[in-house]
Amino acid sequence: MNPTIDAKSLRRALQADLDAGAAESASRLATAADDAGVLDVAYATADTPVGPALVAATHRGLVKVSLPNYPPEEALERIAAEVSPRILESRERLDEPLRELDEYFAGRRESFDLKLDWSLATAPFMRSVLRETARVPFGMTLTYGEVAEKAGHPRAHRAAGSALGANPIPIVVPCHRIVRSGGQLGNYGGGPEMKEYLLRLEGAIGA
Amino acid sequence: MQTQQPFQTFLDEHRVPVLGFLRAMVGPNDADDCFQETFIAAMRGYERMNGSNPRAWVMTIARRKAIDHHRAGRRRPEPREELPEQPVRDPLPGEDAELWLAVRELPPKQRGAVAMRYAADLDYAEIATALACSEDAARRSVHEGLKRLRQTFESEGGPQ
Repeated sequence: MNPTIDAKSLRRALQADLDAGAAESASRLATAADDAGVLDVAYATADTPVGPALVAATHRGLVKVSLPNYPPEEALERIAAEVSPRILESRERLDEPLRELDEYFAGRRESFDLKLDWSLATAPFMRSVLRETARVPFGMTLTYGEVAEKAGHPRAHRAAGSALGANPIPIVVPCHRIVRSGGQLGNYGGGPEMKEYLLRLEGAIGA
Repeated sequence: MQTQQPFQTFLDEHRVPVLGFLRAMVGPNDADDCFQETFIAAMRGYERMNGSNPRAWVMTIARRKAIDHHRAGRRRPEPREELPEQPVRDPLPGEDAELWLAVRELPPKQRGAVAMRYAADLDYAEIATALACSEDAARRSVHEGLKRLRQTFESEGGPQ
């Protein structure tokens, strides 16, 4: 019997199994795009005990860790605006950061051995505060004033706080290790409970 | 400079119509290659994309890749002699295989327009942008393509 040729039959024929095929083709794009040199930023999701965290890397290194309380779409939009919109989901470039984060949360890693891309921390003072923060060892803490002093501006503890609040690579650049001088933990981008969780994980505060 | 949304979002929005269009244009086996080329080219030009009609923009690229693919196919050296004159048919999906094939045998302009309309669900304004023709011409190409498909099936009971 002859098929009826109309919009409906054409759609049915041409769109058969299309969704699955398109998802499959799309999943292969990141590798092809990376080979072609057009993939500026790759991202993936790290499953952590405190929730899913988005991690993103350029060719230069890890550029963003977005904590579970922050919407991943917003993190991606910020990367698109400030780094590059040529962003695809792909675990390939993120194997090492994902593994190290797993080990850190499992208590099997005290320091990260990752290349970092500071593109999202452009202000000079911010960058020096974050670099000093990156030197604070596992299980230790500094006060906002101390980190400001190390960054060359002893009285800029408030500015240091803002710089830490805008840390684009939390956990790996351990801004949770910077606390208030009176013994309180102070603010944290991921929420105060998460700061406490991380400091307990590291044994910096009592169980 | 205008900031584009993350490319992953763009890909997720357009992957289905682009693959649908390419399957209709070059067949299911080669559609994936053209798909990768289309989106790599789109990534390359992404920051310069005019945001007014992203779907028509990516479809223009897809159409160019499908045409390049046909040209490359013609340039390919002859395969082994014992192969039949007719090109080897890609395995086609489902019960509508013949209809599918008939679409691929339409003249290029009609094939492109029919593929955009029914495989990719573009409206006539988008088809016109992607084919760089008027909306009327886009409408005409779709209708002529449909007419031809009907003739094919009505006269022969399906293309052989």
